[in-house]
Amino acid sequence: MVSVTSSRLVRNREARRATLALERPGVAWAVPGLLFFAVFALAPMAGVVYLSLTSWDGLSAPQFTGLHNWSRFLSDGQMWQSTLVTAVLLVGNIAVQAPISILLGVWSAGHQRNRAVLSAIFFLPLLLSTAATAVMWRQLLDPNFGVPAELAGLLGSANLLGSQGGAVACLVLVTSWQFIPFHTLLYQGAARTVPETLYQAAAIDGAGRARQFFHITLPQLRNTIVTSTTFMLVGGLTTFDIVLLLTNGGPGTDTSILPFTMYQTAFRTYDYGYASVIASFLLLLATGASFVMVKLSGYDKMTSTLEGM
Amino acid sequence: MRSRPNYLAGIATFGWLLIIGVPLYALVNTAVQPQTTYTDRGPVSLPSAVTFDNFVTVVRSGFVGYLWNTALVAAATVAIVLLLAVPISYAVVRGHGWLTRGVFRLFLLGLAIPAQAVIIPLFLIINRLGFYDSLWGIILPTAAFSMPVSVLVISGGMRNISVSLYEAMALDGARPARILLDLVIPLSRSSIATASIFAALQAWNGFLFPLIMTQSDSTKVVTLGLYNFVSEYGANIPALLAAVLMSAVPILLVYLFARRALVAGLMGAGGK
Repeated sequence: MVSVTSSRLVRNREARRATLALERPGVAWAVPGLLFFAVFALAPMAGVVYLSLTSWDGLSAPQFTGLHNWSRFLSDGQMWQSTLVTAVLLVGNIAVQAPISILLGVWSAGHQRNRAVLSAIFFLPLLLSTAATAVMWRQLLDPNFGVPAELAGLLGSANLLGSQGGAVACLVLVTSWQFIPFHTLLYQGAARTVPETLYQAAAIDGAGRARQFFHITLPQLRNTIVTSTTFMLVGGLTTFDIVLLLTNGGPGTDTSILPFTMYQTAFRTYDYGYASVIASFLLLLATGASFVMVKLSGYDKMTSTLEGM
Repeated sequence: MRSRPNYLAGIATFGWLLIIGVPLYALVNTAVQPQTTYTDRGPVSLPSAVTFDNFVTVVRSGFVGYLWNTALVAAATVAIVLLLAVPISYAVVRGHGWLTRGVFRLFLLGLAIPAQAVIIPLFLIINRLGFYDSLWGIILPTAAFSMPVSVLVISGGMRNISVSLYEAMALDGARPARILLDLVIPLSRSSIATASIFAALQAWNGFLFPLIMTQSDSTKVVTLGLYNFVSEYGANIPALLAAVLMSAVPILLVYLFARRALVAGLMGAGGK
């Protein structure tokens, strides 16, 4: 008897699940968006790898040349220099932005009135587009009319953009000025979710402000640190507008980072095949970086356990 | 307990206030100076003669048209993204089987595709489709590259809807389309808003797509307008900075009237 009722129960449940399953939206719902994304993002991705194997001036049909462009890329001293400058900029940007935005984010997570007012001011650089920020800083850093002209004695030279070190430092300064507010917001949001009881317990144990920061706040922000750093990494690999508008790759080719070199190669010298090699290399770097971040943060696991609920 | 004033933090934030505030002050101050006083006194001075002539110069150069183009691009981008990303997210969250899981993974990976890296084939595709030098040439790629974040954000919001609500509607005989319209969209409003703000900011901030896909004055957007200003008005720095200031006016209005939504949108784009 027992087995009969339980099998009926099972059948009932199966029937119910079947009717519910029928009502689920099918993959067809995703098709229009997938097609759109395939045409404008996935197909170009395959396209750039194909074009990297060709010689193409943009007018005649691309000529298949195999790995020729790639071997040229590997033996091109300018490319090694570009890669090095890109890496230096990436490291510099993260080293400056990450600590400042963590501290500012944690600070602005407090609910004091003065913190709210100052946070509203600290947000302002985000209102300017990247192009606007770069144009503004280009004028402020002008050796004749800008701020350095008045501080020449202090800085040694008024022409900050005239040396490689100075130009790289300026790029880091301008990038940080624009993007720290965004990363601060991420950390502010995350710091507010840290349970207050953790701090209360630590205070009872006699932990001071610094200890609380290093032993509670930082570990609790781990996921946000991963997310925010990846944003800096992938964003930094493709920073193009700031370089174009601030240094134009100069002095000489001293700040010609990979995305900038790619743009020049493709749309200034019309060597699309060779530019596609640089583009594929960028694609590889960015995909690698984001793969590492997905693994580190467990983003993929988190979503797959929730799927189909 | 936590109310002891933090002097160190106070000094540090004052320093940061200077770093943020001085350039912004110089921006506004320069934009309202006549060119002659600017060359005499530099960007960081007390304003002596305030003028709005620089803004007149900027408006006369057709800048309002660029702002309008940017607004059109942003609106169309948001419309396309929502029209496509909402059904995808719905299928990802409510559908089942390896196919829908695959769709989600695909967009997760799509997050890593830098627009910069695929610009050459994209240029070719836009040309073939006949969209070169039209606003569509900016809108379509911008929308495509806003899709991954939008799908992640919107499907994240939809996951928070309780399963029993779906079951109740399904038992009432509602079809998936009805469930989407009556239940899912109203309950995931805030994540849809986040995705919209993100897409709009992408369009607003976009520089590379306009640079590559358009060339004439009638299709120029604000960011590109600023770029061309540098070569055209290079010597007239106050006018240039007036243009920079004007380019921020639309988003400043959003900030003043919908600060909460804007901040939440930016925070949400970081993913949780």
